[in-house]
Amino acid sequence: MELIDQHTKKIMEGCKERARDAGLRFQDESLEYIVTNQDLLELTPKYMIPTLYDYWVHDVEVLKEKGRYELYPSNPYETVINTRPAISFYNDNNPDWLNVMIFYHVLAHIDFFQNNMCFKHTWDEDFAGQALSDKSTIAMLRSERGRWVDYVIEFSRGVDNLVGFHGELSTINQPIEIKASGKIDFYFDIFLQSIRRVSITEYLKEIDRYNEAVRHFGSIAENAFFSDVAKKYPEFEALFGRHKSGGHKRSGDLLQFIRDNSSFLGKEENRWMKSILQIVRKTSLFFQPQIRTKILNEGWASYWHEKLFLKDDRIDGNEVPFARVNAMVTALPRIGINPYALGMRLFDHIEEMADKGKISTEFQRIQNEQKRRNFDGKTGLGTDYVFKIREDFDDFLFIKTFIDQDFVDKHKLFVTGRRLNPQRMTWEYYIKSRDAGEYRQMLLDSLYHPPFIEIDATKDGCLYLDHQFEGKPLVNEFIQNTMLGIEYLWGGPVKLETSELIEDPQESMQDNGYTLPPEREPSWHRVVYTMKDRQLSKAFL
Amino acid sequence: MQKDTPVQNENEISARQAEENSGLVHSLPEERGAGDGLSLTSVLSNMRAIYGSGDLVFLQGTSDSGGTYVHSLRAIDELLERDKLREKDGFPRKIRVGRLVKPGRGDKGKIILVPTTVEEKFIHDVRSTEPGGGGQSGGTGEGKEGEVIGEEPVNGGEGGSGAGGAGQGEGGEHEMESSAYDLGKVLGEKFELPNLKSKGKKRSLTRYTYDLTDRHKGRGQLLDKKATLRKIIETNISLEKILDPEDIDPANLLVSPQDQVYRILSKEKDYESQAMVFFLRDYSGSMMGRPTDVVVTQHVLIYSWLLFQYEKQVETRFILHDTAAKEVPDFYTYYNQSVAGGTKVGSAYRLVNEIVEAGNLARDYNIYVFHGTDGDDWDNDGRETIPEINKILTFANRIGITIAGRTTDQSTSVERYILNSRLLDEFPKGIRMDSVGENATEVRLIEGIKMLLS
Repeated sequence: MELIDQHTKKIMEGCKERARDAGLRFQDESLEYIVTNQDLLELTPKYMIPTLYDYWVHDVEVLKEKGRYELYPSNPYETVINTRPAISFYNDNNPDWLNVMIFYHVLAHIDFFQNNMCFKHTWDEDFAGQALSDKSTIAMLRSERGRWVDYVIEFSRGVDNLVGFHGELSTINQPIEIKASGKIDFYFDIFLQSIRRVSITEYLKEIDRYNEAVRHFGSIAENAFFSDVAKKYPEFEALFGRHKSGGHKRSGDLLQFIRDNSSFLGKEENRWMKSILQIVRKTSLFFQPQIRTKILNEGWASYWHEKLFLKDDRIDGNEVPFARVNAMVTALPRIGINPYALGMRLFDHIEEMADKGKISTEFQRIQNEQKRRNFDGKTGLGTDYVFKIREDFDDFLFIKTFIDQDFVDKHKLFVTGRRLNPQRMTWEYYIKSRDAGEYRQMLLDSLYHPPFIEIDATKDGCLYLDHQFEGKPLVNEFIQNTMLGIEYLWGGPVKLETSELIEDPQESMQDNGYTLPPEREPSWHRVVYTMKDRQLSKAFL
Repeated sequence: MQKDTPVQNENEISARQAEENSGLVHSLPEERGAGDGLSLTSVLSNMRAIYGSGDLVFLQGTSDSGGTYVHSLRAIDELLERDKLREKDGFPRKIRVGRLVKPGRGDKGKIILVPTTVEEKFIHDVRSTEPGGGGQSGGTGEGKEGEVIGEEPVNGGEGGSGAGGAGQGEGGEHEMESSAYDLGKVLGEKFELPNLKSKGKKRSLTRYTYDLTDRHKGRGQLLDKKATLRKIIETNISLEKILDPEDIDPANLLVSPQDQVYRILSKEKDYESQAMVFFLRDYSGSMMGRPTDVVVTQHVLIYSWLLFQYEKQVETRFILHDTAAKEVPDFYTYYNQSVAGGTKVGSAYRLVNEIVEAGNLARDYNIYVFHGTDGDDWDNDGRETIPEINKILTFANRIGITIAGRTTDQSTSVERYILNSRLLDEFPKGIRMDSVGENATEVRLIEGIKMLLS
C-alpha cells in the first residue's frame, strides 16, 4: 500500500478546509492509501483493517447465503476505517474531480465517526494500533498453544454478535451524577418494580424518601435509607445478596459473561483464553456502531459530498461527469433499497422541515392538508438540526422518527411484494403499499438486529440462555455448532430456550413442491436445546 | 486455477452497469448481478443491499477483487490438514467443498468450486416462513398499489446460491472443468478417496508428448555431459590413454567429435486409459429441491475426482429421466432441468446400454455409471431395471447408485429391488448403492463417494 501523491494530498487538504468551513468537525490528520487489487485481496477478509489478527477463516471463501450481514457486521469494501488517524483507500486512477467528490464523502464519514454518539467508545483509542498489538498477542499465543488458539477464536466469534453494545454505550454515556450504587439500582429498578410491584405513588414516595435522606445524611444517606427499608421489607437484604451472587437473568453480553464467570476459563491453565475472548469482543464492539448507522452514515456522507462538491471552485467544468457518478450513487432504485439515496433524501427532508419549523408540536397539531403544505415558520435552523441528528441518532431512530407520509409521497416510495402467478409460472413483483407506516416497518425489518438473549446461570453450573422471541426464529442449522463452542468455553452444559415453528407433519407430507401449502397462521412453540458433552438434544416446553 | 478476471476493465463496467441497472450499479460478489437490460433478478438480489454496498465499490467503482478463492487455494493443504485434526480434537469438520456461482455478464455465469466455510452464530432466520412471501423490499416511482411492476420466472429466479442458479453459456464448460480438476485433486489427496484401478492400458488413446529423451551423437539440442564424459573415458581407455584409473590427467584425454552425446527433442507416444462416465439423474417431480441438490452435488464431486484420476481424459454423458430418458448435452442442463413426471428408472439404464452398444464403447473405455434418485420407481419390483443393470455390469467398471430419499426410516422401491436382486453381493466390485438421505452434508457425500468407488 502506498500513500497518495503530494498533488492529491494537496487536494485533500483543500477539501478539509472547505468541509471545516461548512461545519464538519474532524481530526486534522488522515491517511490516504492507494490500493491495488492485490491489496484488496488481503484487506477485504479483514474488513479493511490491515492490522487485524490472523485467523484461518479469513483465508477461506465464506458461505454467504444466510444472513451474511448478520454474521459479519461490516462491509468488506468500505473506503474509510474508523481509526486514529482515519485511514481511507483509493483507486490509483481516479481523476482529480472524482477524488474531490470522494474526499468530501470520506471527510463526512470521518466527521460522522468522530461525532456520532454510537462511536463514543472508539474515540479514545486507535483501533489500528490496538489491533496490531492484539495480532501479536494472538500470534504469540498461537506459537505456544497451537491450533487451540484458533478453536478459542472460533468459539468466541460464535457469540461475538452478543456483546451488549447498548449496555456498553449506556455505561459510557451515563452522566456521572446519577451513578448510583448497585444496591440503590436493585431496590428501585428491580425490587420495587418487579418483585414487590408497588404502585406508582408508593414508588415516588420512596424516591422522595431517598432524596430526603441524601439531603439530611449526606455521605451516609444510603445506610440510613436502607435501615428503614429493612424494617419494611425484611426479605430485601437476602434478595439483594442473591442478586449480587449472579442469581438473576442478565441481558446481552454473553461473551463478557462467559469470560467473567466460566469455571473452565478460570482455571490456571486456561487463563490465556480470556485474552482472546477480550480481543474478539473488542473487535466486535468496534464494528457494531458501523453496521447500526449504515443508512445514516452513507446518507450523511452523500448529503455532504453533493453539497460541498457543487460549491467547490476547483472543479469547474466537471459538473457533467460529476452529475453522472453522483446519480449512480444517489438515485433511488425502482426496486430495492439504496442506503446512500435514502439517507441523503431523508437528511434533505429533515433539513427542509426544520428550516420551515415543521419539527414542532405546533405543526403536528395542524390537520388541514393545505395548511400543512404551506406552513413555514422560517426558522432557518435546518443545518443545526441535521448536525444534531448526526450526533445522536442511529439507523433505527432515524427511520422510526423521520419517515413520514410526506417523505414517502414526495419521493413516490412504496413497498414491493412478491406473489406467484401460477398461469405464467412467474414471480410477480407488485406495488404492495404506499403507506408510510408499512414502508417504515419494511425498513426496520431489514436492519441489522442480533437476537436478544438473556443469560441465567443459576442452575447448578448449567448456562441457561433464554432467547426472547421477536417474531423470527434462530437459524436452526447454526444452533449446534454455536452451542458446542459455548459449552467448550463455559466448561459445562449449556441450554438454549427459543421458539420454533412446529409444522403439522401431515400437511408437509403433501407438499411435493408443486402445490403451495395452504396459508395458515404459523404456530410457535418454545423449545429447549441442551448441549452436554458435545451432544445436542432438544425438548419441547 | 485461473483467476476470475472481469470481462472488461473496471471503469467501463461501472459506467455500463449504470446505464443498464438504473442506479443499482455494483453487485457484490455473491450476487448474480449485472444482467442485461432491466434485469429484475440483479435488482432483486440487492434486496438486502442496505449493508451490501460499500464505498469502494459503490463510489469508486472498484471491481470486487474476485479472487479470494485463488488466494485461499494457496493455503488449502494446510486448511484441510487442520480440518482433519478437528475430528481428532472432537469437533466437527468445518471446511466444506462448495460451489459458487460467479456472475458474469449476461447469462454467462460460471460455477467455481472452492473450499468454503461458515461461521455459525445465533442469528435471526430471515428466510420467509410464508409461502410466496419474502421478496418484500422498497421501491420508487409511478404506479398504483397492486400494480405489477415486474416479473421473473419461477425457476432460476432464486439463483446465486448453490444449486439451481447456474447460468448457461459458452465457455462455462471449460472453466468448470479446469476448476473441477483441481477440486478432484484435493478430493483425492486430502479426503483420501481411493485411487482407481483401471482396466489396464487401453490402446484407444494415443497422446504425443515431446521430450528430450532421445540421445544422439555429434549434434543435438542439449549436451548430455554425463553421457559425454562416459563416452570420452570409454574412447580413451580403448586408446590406452588411461592406464591407472586412480590417476587421470584430463589434459591428456583425446576428445572425438563422436563422443559428444546430445539429447534431442522427440515425439513420444503415450498410452492412457480413459473413462466414460454416465451421470444419470432422476428429474421427476418428486426430486424437486433437496434431493436434486444432494444428487447434483455428489455428481459434481465425482466428476471432479474422475477428471483428476484420468488426467482429464474423461468423457461424460448426462442422462435425465422421468418415465422416459433423454441425453442432455452439458452439465448445466443436467443440473438445472426439472419436470413434473413419474419415474421409471429402467429407462435411463436402457439408454446407457443403447449408447454403449451404438458406439462400441465397452472396448475402449473404462465405463462408470452413476445414478441419483430419490428411490421412487413406478417399476416397483425392478422388472425392467434389473435386466438393464445386469447388462451394464458386463462392461462397466462400476455402477454407483445414490439414493437421496425424503425419509430415512423406510426403504424405497429402488433400494428394495436392488437388495432383492442380490446384485450387490454377486458383484461387490461392480455395483454399489448408498442411501444418503436428502439432508446429507458435503462430508457425508464424500464419504458416500468413497463407498461408491472404493
